Amino acid sequence: MSRYSKIIVFFISLWPIYIITYQIIFNQLGPEPVDRIINHFGEWTLIFILLTLSMTPMRKITKSLEWIKFRRMLGLFAFFYASIHMLSYVGLDYRFDFKPLINDVLKKKFIFIGFSAWLLLIPLALTSSEKMVRLLKQNWKKIHRLIYVIAIFGVLHFIWLSKTIFFKPLIFLIILIILLLFRIKITKSASKI
Amino acid sequence: MIKFKNSEITPENIYKNRRNFIKKFGLAAGSVFLSQNFNVSANALSNQEDLKLTEYRYVTTYNNYYEFGTGKSDPVERSQKFKTKPWNVTIDGEVENPISLSMEEIISMFPSEERIYKLRCVEGWSMIIPWLGFPLNKLLKKASPTSKGKFVKFTSVLDPEQMIGQKFPILDWPYKEGLRVDEAMHDLTILVTGLYGKQLPNQNGAPLRLIVPWKYGFKSAKAIINIKLVEKMPVSSWMKASPREYGFYSNVNPNVDHPRWSQATERVIGEGIISPRIPTTMFNGYEDEVASLYSGMDLKKNY
Ligand code: HEM
Repeated sequence: MSRYSKIIVFFISLWPIYIITYQIIFNQLGPEPVDRIINHFGEWTLIFILLTLSMTPMRKITKSLEWIKFRRMLGLFAFFYASIHMLSYVGLDYRFDFKPLINDVLKKKFIFIGFSAWLLLIPLALTSSEKMVRLLKQNWKKIHRLIYVIAIFGVLHFIWLSKTIFFKPLIFLIILIILLLFRIKITKSASKI
Repeated sequence: MIKFKNSEITPENIYKNRRNFIKKFGLAAGSVFLSQNFNVSANALSNQEDLKLTEYRYVTTYNNYYEFGTGKSDPVERSQKFKTKPWNVTIDGEVENPISLSMEEIISMFPSEERIYKLRCVEGWSMIIPWLGFPLNKLLKKASPTSKGKFVKFTSVLDPEQMIGQKFPILDWPYKEGLRVDEAMHDLTILVTGLYGKQLPNQNGAPLRLIVPWKYGFKSAKAIINIKLVEKMPVSSWMKASPREYGFYSNVNPNVDHPRWSQATERVIGEGIISPRIPTTMFNGYEDEVASLYSGMDLKKNY
């Protein structure tokens, strides 16, 4: 069973692709298809970042090591969806017209922080392999702590792009806070040992 | 007092195009009135083919109406049971003759005409909508504004029982908006009671809403119950929510960015993934008609 679990999780993780493919084929993207695609992948990026962050707490809660196996894959999916998200904005929305894009990235704080989050994901993706873990040793852990910064940037990105107090970004914020509190608890109890 | 004859603000050729357009699509021609300077502005709307009305299903399912929730489909999903009868609108404040009118009276007093306007949302998208309505100035004149009435403040209905969004502090409820009195008196500024030849759907602001086509969509308050002439510039709900992002004027202006996104271009609703953004035009294409209202003003400061 557990031999197949990774494959199963892989195909489940493609869910956002299934949905958007279905919506494209059956013309269900609605009045603003480009915006729909950007938002779809933005939301799933954030969900995958939070899923990645929740593997360690899940291990503690369930006392099962299973969860950690999925962490790398979920993280890579987060990077994958972040890249589609970014590319649909750059390519579909702005047609690779870089002048307004650079203006947006530099002047609009919600784009700036989203872009920073995506940039920070790159080193994590590049150093995600088993080989890199061995090569970088203790530094690997340090580098991969960036995921907390990325998650905070991702949530801030969502909050800042909302026009007033919206529910969804707040829900993501609450989940993120819970996950971060778990870390504090875990590191505290770990340091006691 | 600005007075416009229809022919003055309606270039003849566009007017004709409009008639052809109506023939082509078999739309009911009421009093036809198209005041869009598409020919002058060099944007993608400059030929008739592009003067394409946004499909009814998009106009009525893709709405920003936070009283019913912040999702675009919340208004259509949650407003169908909203009661628009009975409905009274009061016009008061700095007027000689404060009045209160029922919707029935308003509809019989002010015959509605069709106006095809472009609606440009501050979020960067636009629709072309055939509204049914009448100039706000006709209603204001009935109340005889005094010289102290420098601004007009619009207040929407407050009814959290029926409007679920009002149970949350999304905005300062009830929704408030404002215009300078000359903007309010301008012939392009209309009160709307319908669209696409039909009664105004609840999700579009029934029974009575404002449309100011050269300003971002949020200036056009929905479900209005009070119109007040005031001496001082009113503070709108959006100004209160974020004064840096939403100014009193909020004229469509491709050169003044919203702090969080560019306003230089816009996506045309219903055009699909393939079609690119189009350039946004000054005053949403109504520059010839309204630019004089702001002569000498720094539009970057007075955003
Ligand atoms: C880790 C990286 C990122 C995360 C977690 C993320 C997350 C999100 C989320 C949750 C949304 C809102 C979806 C919704 O409204 O339902 C969003 C929207 C958006 N994001 Fe990102 N994003 C990231 C990176 C980026 C990058 C790199 C860019 C562009 C350079 C970008 C540009 C945008 C834009 C333009 C929107 C749409 C705003 C609108 O609706 O007008 N994001 N993103």
